[in-house]
Amino acid sequence: MASGISAAGWNLRTYLLLARMWIRVSMTYRASFVTLTVGQFFITGLDFIGIAILFSNVDALAGFSFSEVAFLYGGSALCLGLADLVLGNIEKLGTRIRMGTFDAMLVRPVSVFVQMCADEFALRRLGRIAQAAGVFVWSVVALDIDWTASRVAMVPYLVGTGTVIFLALFTIGAAVQFWTAESSELSNAFTYGGSTLAQFPLSIYPREAVKALTFVVPLGFVNWYPSLYILDRPDPFGFPAVLQFAGAIAAALLSLLAAVVWRRGTRHYQSTGS
Amino acid sequence: MAAGHSPLPEHGELTVPIIEVKGVRRDFLVRRKAGRMRRTASVVTAVRDLDFGVESGEMVGYIGPNGAGKSTTIKMLTGILVPSAGQLSVAGLTPYVQRTTLARKIGVVFGQRTTLWWDLPLRDTFDLLRRIYRVPDSRFRANLATFTELLDLGPLLDTPVRQLSLGQRMRGDLAAALLHDPEVVYLDEPTIGLDVVSKANLRNFLRQTNRERGTTVLLTTHDLDDIEQLCSRVMVIDSGRLVYDGGLAGLHQLGDARRTLVVDLVEPAAALDLPGAQTLRVEGPRQWLSFPADASAAPLIAALAERHAVADLSIREPDIEAVITSIYTSAKLPKPPE
Repeated sequence: MASGISAAGWNLRTYLLLARMWIRVSMTYRASFVTLTVGQFFITGLDFIGIAILFSNVDALAGFSFSEVAFLYGGSALCLGLADLVLGNIEKLGTRIRMGTFDAMLVRPVSVFVQMCADEFALRRLGRIAQAAGVFVWSVVALDIDWTASRVAMVPYLVGTGTVIFLALFTIGAAVQFWTAESSELSNAFTYGGSTLAQFPLSIYPREAVKALTFVVPLGFVNWYPSLYILDRPDPFGFPAVLQFAGAIAAALLSLLAAVVWRRGTRHYQSTGS
Repeated sequence: MAAGHSPLPEHGELTVPIIEVKGVRRDFLVRRKAGRMRRTASVVTAVRDLDFGVESGEMVGYIGPNGAGKSTTIKMLTGILVPSAGQLSVAGLTPYVQRTTLARKIGVVFGQRTTLWWDLPLRDTFDLLRRIYRVPDSRFRANLATFTELLDLGPLLDTPVRQLSLGQRMRGDLAAALLHDPEVVYLDEPTIGLDVVSKANLRNFLRQTNRERGTTVLLTTHDLDDIEQLCSRVMVIDSGRLVYDGGLAGLHQLGDARRTLVVDLVEPAAALDLPGAQTLRVEGPRQWLSFPADASAAPLIAALAERHAVADLSIREPDIEAVITSIYTSAKLPKPPE
């Protein structure tokens, strides 16, 4: 086990090493870095402006107020932003495979997963994170939440498990490209598309869709279930309250699946060469 | 020319080969479109019955036409690809099983594309590699100093890789592949696209590295000069099979490769008919004559000068594609010579 731990430590160190290198590269063009970061802030903020416009016409969306929807939006966008920062460029796997540059990663003494995650690490994604965090904090201030200790603890739990769920989804989406070696459209549909779905109260969707978002692509655990607990809302579908705490289980299972798919993907690549 | 022909050191017989390939086969499933939606899959064997060993410190040329299986072999030897059958061992490790462990012991240069980071200056690239490969500080400094001098990298160290010319980049790639003192280096067409001077410098560097560090080198190339100047041993692969493994001299003798004598006569004449030669082409006063590569050109030239007034002469050595073709005449080559 000790070797497993040291391997994990070594992988983390390598990740930080590569990420730092990419940060330094991006800092050589400081003006462009600032522009891109600010740009990310505003472009991703457009989503939220859309929601705000919606609420200038209605008072509630499927029973949820503007500040509550802002809370849901902020939570989901924050988790997506963090996951995107950590391994956003893993989706370029297909391109690397097609260009043959993936082979160069395979001859380095470092896990290819770590190399793919850190590839072209982009600090400009902090723009999206700042925007999401801003909305999240604003909603917390605007809402009148009864902050018990367990509700406070639920906030980092939400961010942690939600981020891990997105990390796993990104990984699965990328690993699929080991077989298709094609564009990242399919994976984006699940990650970015999924996060858009989860920005709204799931009560606007049909019951069957919510079941799918719970048990198939468990995006409901990113922000919906923990938010129900924090906002002290009964589940509109009457699903058991235990789901509100089950985010860690969903995150763990999805991570396991991601690890298996990634591993099988690399094996597949090594046995097909394409 | 002579440098590459020195025999193996005595101890070569006693050591276990650093590269061992036994009965290796590699199949690929190729899918083709057949109609709008349908696809048919067929198995293509890229490499078959591959058997060879390379001793530590050897410098071996690995040649063959495009699509013959060179890159597939190298990919299997680095662990990128898993063989369909057979056994592989490099530096005592099984590449596809212990890929990341093996990575510390090997260096790889893909001539066609760089393994460097496009946006990083060479200096930062080397520093990053030092950390990734955990090269001890003193070794790193010594190696960097040596490579900077031998490959003349000094003026390039602070230039981002994307701004380097092909030759400069290749020098950077080579240094990067050797920084961690690998036991084995695979060079996949290291001289492709380089000018004459760059080629010569690169060959000098490789020769010196091989001699002074005892690095085992396996290099694929389309340039017979690379082989002549560097390798005491050459392996030829064609259509996935090893068709020759031995000295360079043997390669010339084995096949009936032919040289070409290009003659410029003073006056245009009918096709020449000279003993031991075949006239290939006539174009005004210029004629092309083909004769066996292992025969001397002297009697032919003497016979020619006796009968005709000659303005100029030149001899073309058989190119590598021709040599390979002549060795392996029983099968059609998949691609015409370039």
